[in-house]
Amino acid sequence: MLKSLTLAAALLMGVSTASLAETPKSGGTLNFVAPYGSSFGTLDIHTSPSTQDEFPAKAIHRSLYQWNSTDSKPELELATEVTASPDNKVFTYKLRENAVFHNGKPFTADDVIYSYERIANPKNAFPGARYFSNLVGIEAFNKGEAEHIAGLKKIDDHTVEISYSDPAEPGFDLMNTNAAIYPTGAGEDPNFITHPIGLGPFEFVENIPGSKVVVKKFDKYYKEGQPYLDKINIVLLGDASARDVAFRNKEIDVSVLGPTQYVAYQADDALKDHILEVAEVYTRHVGFDTTKAPFDKKEVRQAFNHAINADLIIEKLVKNKAYRATGWLPISSAAYDKDAKPYSYDVALAKKMLADAGYPDGIDVAITATQNESWGLTIVEAIIPMLAEAGIRATAKPVEASVLAEVVPAGDFQAYMWSNLSGPSDYAVMKCFYSKTPRSSCAYQQMSDPAFDKLFEEAGAETDPAKKTDLLRQANDIVQEDAPSWFFNYNKAVMAYQPWLHGLQANATELAIQNYEELWIDDTAPDSRK
Amino acid sequence: MLRFTIRRLFQVIPTIIAVAMLIFIIFSVIPGSFASSLMSDGKTASDPEMIARLNEQFGLDKPVYERFGTYLVGLAKLDLGTSFRTREPVTKVINDRIWASLKLAIAAMVLAVVIGVPLGFIAALKPGSLLDSITMIGAVSGLSLPQFWLGLLLMYLFALILGWLPSFGYGGGDFKYLILPAITLGVTPLALLARTTRAGVLEIMNEDFIRTAQSKGMSNSRMIRWHLTRNVMVLVVTTIGLQFGSMMGQAVVIEKLFAWPGIGSLLVDSVSIRDIPVVQGTILVIVLWFLLINTFVDIIYAAIDPRIKQT
Repeated sequence: MLKSLTLAAALLMGVSTASLAETPKSGGTLNFVAPYGSSFGTLDIHTSPSTQDEFPAKAIHRSLYQWNSTDSKPELELATEVTASPDNKVFTYKLRENAVFHNGKPFTADDVIYSYERIANPKNAFPGARYFSNLVGIEAFNKGEAEHIAGLKKIDDHTVEISYSDPAEPGFDLMNTNAAIYPTGAGEDPNFITHPIGLGPFEFVENIPGSKVVVKKFDKYYKEGQPYLDKINIVLLGDASARDVAFRNKEIDVSVLGPTQYVAYQADDALKDHILEVAEVYTRHVGFDTTKAPFDKKEVRQAFNHAINADLIIEKLVKNKAYRATGWLPISSAAYDKDAKPYSYDVALAKKMLADAGYPDGIDVAITATQNESWGLTIVEAIIPMLAEAGIRATAKPVEASVLAEVVPAGDFQAYMWSNLSGPSDYAVMKCFYSKTPRSSCAYQQMSDPAFDKLFEEAGAETDPAKKTDLLRQANDIVQEDAPSWFFNYNKAVMAYQPWLHGLQANATELAIQNYEELWIDDTAPDSRK
Repeated sequence: MLRFTIRRLFQVIPTIIAVAMLIFIIFSVIPGSFASSLMSDGKTASDPEMIARLNEQFGLDKPVYERFGTYLVGLAKLDLGTSFRTREPVTKVINDRIWASLKLAIAAMVLAVVIGVPLGFIAALKPGSLLDSITMIGAVSGLSLPQFWLGLLLMYLFALILGWLPSFGYGGGDFKYLILPAITLGVTPLALLARTTRAGVLEIMNEDFIRTAQSKGMSNSRMIRWHLTRNVMVLVVTTIGLQFGSMMGQAVVIEKLFAWPGIGSLLVDSVSIRDIPVVQGTILVIVLWFLLINTFVDIIYAAIDPRIKQT
């Protein structure tokens, strides 16, 4: 698995190792920042797919699996062992017997079944319902013909069996924070939304809406000696400039950096040694509607890729806070092809390919994009003159983020620029290029390639993880060659942290989301943290 | 006076209905929805089934006229609906944030009035003096400074360089957290009040009745108290009312910058995630605040100048 780690991740392991080499110290208060807005949407994390809402939820709750940042894979969290059937359809979990909820109630199989049925219940319209769309008996449950999902079976108080209709990799879905385990019946308690109870390392203390959520150490947490911190203030600070001042003023202990700040922090002797970087599982790209001219021709799509000097944009505009994309799957992916080369910047070749495709006079294209500085109009404005040299007359079509998310799944675009999740489950994200996946799900470009479909289907049926990864790697190479997108870059997430903070994890799924129980502060922290 | 007050308050009702209708129509026709906003970060793949369920749950699958009718009926019962995002009543969501906004608006206005009005008076009484020049230069600067930039400057100076004040947050309501956002928000009305007061005083100083009072030998302090102040107050109160009324709207940027948990930052978040019931409720509160403040100002006019009551 180590071979799949990126250089950045390897460097980060150095950071982690350095931290681990020291003995964690208990006590103290952490001021952690939730940087993606001015409020938390909800404390009932089942209802939300938002990363912002994960900040408090990750402290309070725990899911059946958890992401292991070192090994880059999901690992068991609330279970001590899992037995999978040979066809990978039935999974039997031995649950932790030492886990208790913050209200003192012991954790049992009933809580797992209750939580999953609550999430899957169509009446609730929760975002995590799709995690259970492949369970045995889900159709009868959705239609109201069955009170419970047949595929969720309690064997005894600490054993639960989950049955899928098709081969599954449950870890990738069940590790999500919005698949957290609640105590049975908690979701129906009107007080739960204001005073959540979970199995996590920290207990809820207070929520000052629009300001912060405060949590304190849960003494009965199931991991011996953890958490180290006594208290965490999870503060809302959405403005990047204000966050910069607050971080330099030592009011907050971490800060997520944008491209401009990344450059400034790297140049500052006092800050440059405490920067954490990771290749996150997001691919920035310009997707094409391959069902309509001119992008129904592969040569046109490839010409678009050849017409842009992506390296120059990454250096000048993105300030190197990104990794050049070669295909869809990112560097941190197990199926990433490290030998793959990106499309070369070759205007003459792009022109020739357009002419060969029947467009000697060039093409006109409208690119729908948001205001985002790293994967929006700023980038589109930069590529327009490059494309023009190759005969691609592009115009920008500005929209809001929520509008982009509406028009793209509806197919109401010629080309769009977006940053989409490209991991951590290679199989799940490659489904977006499978010809049988509806556009309204995630197959926005509507790629249709029989060779890809064959590999994808084989990967779905393959139970050997290594062989499956190899099939997906080949499938990813086909995606690159087919060019349903201009592959721009993979996000390099960057977090600055104070020198007294230790235990941060290089989480490729979302760097800002940390397992708080592993964090600790040393004696050099200011008095306000002790 | 009571009849006048009741009449003014009743005039607020049609305005509220018109605003409610306008907001509802605007947010019914603009593209983007709550369901699509959940996928806007590119993290969550589009899920047509979930979108359909959400639309059904929130009544978004019904025709616009039916939704508007339901909304108006709820509004008549002071029910602003349920937040799509928090799934709590909008009144609770707003109640959680309104007091921080009021606190900030009042603090900024107190600062503006306490400093701006006396400065304007003093500058006008000594026109052309050094104090007058400094006051007016300060007032023009205060009006021209972008609030966002000023806020960052104050943060940099008082938090980072001097270390006297926290740079952001609410801190459980501690006074020290209020100072920087209140100054940032209060500078523009302060400057406007100083200029308006100065202009008003200078204009009234040239009126015949002032010259008459002076020629009769009335002392300066008595003249200022009895003739000048009372006449200038109409103009000053108008400016205070307009500024105070619009302060909740102005505070949006400040609240966002200082992570102040008011309804301004709530509005920004709610618009971007298309939490329409909260957007509608928040804008209604901002409009209602403006109307009530200005209705109150009208009532004060009548107390200051009885001729206004008769018009």
